[in-house]
Amino acid sequence: MIELKNVSFAYDERPILKNISFRVDPKESLVIMGPSGSGKSTVLRLLLGLEQVCEGEVLIDGQNICAMKESKRRKLRRKIGMVFQDGALFDSMTAGENVGYYLLEHTDLTPQQVEDRVQEMLGFVGLDSGEVLNALPDQLSGGMQRRIAIGRALLSAEPQIMLFDEPTTGLDPPATEKVLDLIRKLQEEKPIATIVVTHQIVDAISIAERFIVIVAGELIFDGNLDELRDSRDERVNHFLRPFRESFEKVNRRQFVRKEP
Amino acid sequence: MSVAPNILMEKRREISIIRMFNNWLKRFAFQTQEMFFFSVRMVVAMFGRPFYFPEVREQTFLIGVGSLYLIILTGIFAGEGFALAFSVELADFGAKNYLGRIMSIAIIRELGPILTALMIAARVASGITAEIGAMKASRQIDAMRAFGIDPIRKIAVPRLIALMLMVPALTILCDAIALLGGYFVAVFIAHVSSTMYWSAVRDRLIFGNIFIGLFKPVVYSFLIAFIACYKGFSSTGGTKGVGRATTESVVLASITILVVNFFITRVVFTLIKGWL
Repeated sequence: MIELKNVSFAYDERPILKNISFRVDPKESLVIMGPSGSGKSTVLRLLLGLEQVCEGEVLIDGQNICAMKESKRRKLRRKIGMVFQDGALFDSMTAGENVGYYLLEHTDLTPQQVEDRVQEMLGFVGLDSGEVLNALPDQLSGGMQRRIAIGRALLSAEPQIMLFDEPTTGLDPPATEKVLDLIRKLQEEKPIATIVVTHQIVDAISIAERFIVIVAGELIFDGNLDELRDSRDERVNHFLRPFRESFEKVNRRQFVRKEP
Repeated sequence: MSVAPNILMEKRREISIIRMFNNWLKRFAFQTQEMFFFSVRMVVAMFGRPFYFPEVREQTFLIGVGSLYLIILTGIFAGEGFALAFSVELADFGAKNYLGRIMSIAIIRELGPILTALMIAARVASGITAEIGAMKASRQIDAMRAFGIDPIRKIAVPRLIALMLMVPALTILCDAIALLGGYFVAVFIAHVSSTMYWSAVRDRLIFGNIFIGLFKPVVYSFLIAFIACYKGFSSTGGTKGVGRATTESVVLASITILVVNFFITRVVFTLIKGWL
């Protein structure tokens, strides 16, 4: 479904990504980890076609997004939902207008129909529509803004892939837990692949089956939790070292959703 | 013994100056190329679908109605000041009755379009650049693109159309107000008769002057929209970068308007001299 083939990317002649290759299958959940400035977020921007790769191919459903015209790329992006770091909500619009943005721009639904869909989505992301529908983003807490952003991405044309860029950065523990719960709920209830970029290892373990570690633009690890824990790669261990204690304590079972 | 290191230092300095000039030239060429492509994209996007009519309406209102007080104040005081200065000079030659003619030519052909464009550049260009720059810094532009929306069509084109509609309209208003300001000075201070003033003004309200007076604002509106949007979309470096881009936008728009004004006047004088 998604495939990066030997992708390299540079910004102002400064290499950001070097020869990255990986594949994500439908419904798979992947976390991309790495220290700040390692090029994790750039991978998401390349997947969306927001940046042009220097070398290699970015394939979405077999189509190379890099070789497309911008108009075709815009259509392909409708298959992808993106939650930006800090939400990137439209600050001059209400939370309701943000969530219904795609419907307002690309469909002929009546305002009432859009509002119904928005209220339904606000319910899905765990927000009280009466409280947030007409509020401006800066009147909401960071956690609420992040859930609005998730709702906005989900209400695009039934995305098959959801990309999350640092979805829990800057949030307090309860808000973080709510956002992670929402991502897990998404993975269970919607037939979509998720790619989450984070440098919070504990968060990563709770939401993914597969992990990629990028350090200084190079992909140094691609595997599951056990392989990550047992990795003998010096660079992987160096990255994990500061988190080793909490990492060892993590019991994956505690993140498995309880059966109703 | 110390001559060789000195020559070496001199050489190094020369190389560093050449390298700096070379880098500056490269940046200038790259930016010029980017600006050209951006302007082409803006013009092409103007004629494509979807057309964001509500945004055009909103921007037209914000730019037009929002700038009214500024244009009225500019027009009245520029007209009065200009008339006052010239009435004294003309009185020395016993030619006060020509004040209306001079006002008509100067205001309609030059001052009206330039002052309106400069005021709009100061008020609107800064606002457009700051708004787009802030949207870029907070990744709202990226979010828009991620939702399959062309930011140039959605943000830049409505502002361009609104400016192309409003700058000529505001120029006409500025002209009228400035002539009215001149009238007050002419009648109450210079003691020119009202009939004489308006008849002299009407004498110079000919095709050539009106054409230049309306052609210039259309060109200026494009320059303001293009520079303001380009500076907003290309701003980098967070809030500090937005501030820098806003200043650059106003300065560049103002200077470009003044430079282009000279060339338009020059070209128009050559082409339609017979109608002036």
